[in-house]
Amino acid sequence: MKKILSFLFVFLALTSVAHAETFVFTAIPDEDESRLRSRFDKVATYLSQELGVEVKYIPVKSYGAAVTAFLNNQVQLAWFGGLSGVRARLRVPGSEAIAQGFEDQAFVTYFIANSSTGLKEGKDFPGKIQDKTFTFGSKGSTSGRLMPEFYIREHFKKSPEDVFKRVGFSGDHSKTIQLVQSGAYQVGALNFKVWENEIKAGKVDPSKVSIIWKTPPYPDYQWSIRGDVNTIFGAGFKDKVTRSLLEMKDPDLLASFPRRSFIPARNSDYQPIVDVGKKVGLLD
Amino acid sequence: MSFIGIAVFCVLVGDLEISTLDPWQEMGRMALGAVSPDFFTTENLGRAFLNTLAFAIIGVALGSALGFALSMVFHNPGVRFFCAFIRAIHELFWGLIFLQAFGLTPLTGVLALAIPYAGIFAKVYSEILDESDQAHLKAAPEGTGFISFFLFVRIPDVWAHIKTYTLYRLECGLRSSTVLGFIGLPTIGFHLESAFKQGNYEEVAALLYLFFALIASMRWWMRPKLVPFYVATALFVLPVGADISMVNVVRFLTEDIVPGPLRWVESYNVDTFYIFGQWLRVVVVEQALPGIVNTVVLTMIALVGAGGLTLIFFPLVSAKFFGRWPRKAGHMFLVIMRSTPEYIMAYVFLQLWGPSMLPAIVALSLHNGAIIGHLIGHHADQLPARADAPKGLNLYAYDVLPRIYRQFLAFLFYRWEVIMRETAILGILGIHTLGFYVDSAFVDIRFDRALVLIVITALLNISVDKISRTVRTRLRLSRSPDIV
Repeated sequence: MKKILSFLFVFLALTSVAHAETFVFTAIPDEDESRLRSRFDKVATYLSQELGVEVKYIPVKSYGAAVTAFLNNQVQLAWFGGLSGVRARLRVPGSEAIAQGFEDQAFVTYFIANSSTGLKEGKDFPGKIQDKTFTFGSKGSTSGRLMPEFYIREHFKKSPEDVFKRVGFSGDHSKTIQLVQSGAYQVGALNFKVWENEIKAGKVDPSKVSIIWKTPPYPDYQWSIRGDVNTIFGAGFKDKVTRSLLEMKDPDLLASFPRRSFIPARNSDYQPIVDVGKKVGLLD
Repeated sequence: MSFIGIAVFCVLVGDLEISTLDPWQEMGRMALGAVSPDFFTTENLGRAFLNTLAFAIIGVALGSALGFALSMVFHNPGVRFFCAFIRAIHELFWGLIFLQAFGLTPLTGVLALAIPYAGIFAKVYSEILDESDQAHLKAAPEGTGFISFFLFVRIPDVWAHIKTYTLYRLECGLRSSTVLGFIGLPTIGFHLESAFKQGNYEEVAALLYLFFALIASMRWWMRPKLVPFYVATALFVLPVGADISMVNVVRFLTEDIVPGPLRWVESYNVDTFYIFGQWLRVVVVEQALPGIVNTVVLTMIALVGAGGLTLIFFPLVSAKFFGRWPRKAGHMFLVIMRSTPEYIMAYVFLQLWGPSMLPAIVALSLHNGAIIGHLIGHHADQLPARADAPKGLNLYAYDVLPRIYRQFLAFLFYRWEVIMRETAILGILGIHTLGFYVDSAFVDIRFDRALVLIVITALLNISVDKISRTVRTRLRLSRSPDIV
């Protein structure tokens, strides 16, 4: 028994020491969750080579869990959505948005509808979706919750619960497509990148579900880093991380996100998200 | 009878509309997945499998030890309330709470299981001890010390009962440990939820089949003698205690859960209280009240639904009605019904019938009907057969049913509180139960709000438990059914 205990003790000590020197990051689970590890372990290897420290990726299950991990310093770097990034940075003083995807300067939400509704794509907000059944994506998503809710409130001057016959949260952009395609919900809203990927993958039947409206563009995903990394990993570490992200050129790595490239970002780029979040009541 | 009346009323106010148009494409993909499971796509499957077992074993072992200690002082009303409170909070919510304080560490998962289980164990152990044969107790010689009295008189008397119950809870522990994967702990549930979300139904089927096999085979591998070995192995798999940062624990307790308007306030004045009042109004009036209504309506319908299904399910596993092979099939059916996470069942029905309470009601009824059916089936087998016993439907309606009816009601009322706790999970599907609002508060990083809602949920559960106990006493049902 004594042997077992001492072994256990050494094991515990080893695991905690290893942790102290490792730079850890996470990413919100927005799509292709099943292969998160293989997607992001490659990114960890790349960052490890560039930064000269051990880099580890930990998978999380929800937007909230990603924010919590950042808050708890369990991860020092995170690939957040617009809203989750704002939430995380509000709670961690000194943290910064350092890079965003090329596509994230002008991200878009698509409203989609089942063909039985007879709704067609138009330039203006589709007022006819009133009294239909409607599904958001995950509760914490920028493109699947915050922005569509903002436009719904702006148009109808009412909360989504009062506008629609029923409001659901599919939990995930791909599930939103499935639920609207099957008619379980008549209308839904989702991340345009996921829609395009699923169209390419042949998972969408255009005779059953189609786009009815595209929102104006807004800033979305970004890499956020904690303010205290330089004290732990040495002066200039934050700049080194930023540079490594901006210089990530391997298409195979970029496909993990999926983004064309990364470009510089600042906290102030996300002010529109803060404003909208406060209006909708999702931020205090 | 009045319960059926209440359920009928709830059906009238409940939202049960069927609205889907074309579920068959998705259902077809699910069916295809079910017949072509793919065991090789899941990353780190072996590890997830080990983790599932390890969390369940350590969690249940710790819960049972704590519960046993609490059962010694269970007659104290304070302890009783404390136990009722900790078991009234679903393990998913305990998990979400510990996730904030301890992060994604083994300790989070172990405590999320051990704490509510300790509350359940304390209650059931104390009832088992109370109902042990009083004659034995009086037979002990005068002057027997408390400890030896306890070890040599009381424990041997109830040992078999405690053992059966604890092993039964381990099955529940395996289910809970899997479900904790849904919030990020590295168990099978983690991969199950991912695969399900992505629509990889071949992988979903493979994971579910492995899980069914694990549960169905429990009686072969779970030997009491092997328990110390399992616990030691589990501790190796999950190094509980590593990576805890006190900074986070302190921050969680002193900042995160303090109501927003009162956080970082230097001096309290009328304005602070006004803003706090506004905050409380939003939580209580806009969330808790509608949440309570939906939770109660859903629970009542599901309770009666579970009762109805139990009466259909129990003969499937009873030797009084079926031979060896049909019974084996019946067992398998009930294992599948009670082990498939309600969340997944509800999702399948959501595809079929569209969004309303109906998918949740059917999922909860099936799940709980299968659990009670399994227990009643066993109970029915223990009834001595009469020489002139009728056969078939007559046996069912005029002999077995009247004889098991009291036990059936006892189990059902016992399960009431559990069903209510389970409605929390379905909140995550968008049915606005209390659980829905709790989940939203966690997503919004509003732990202050989450805490108020969790306390309200717990109090609602405790009231239901109280009513259920009163009803059981009035009906003169045994205080504790053998195993639930």
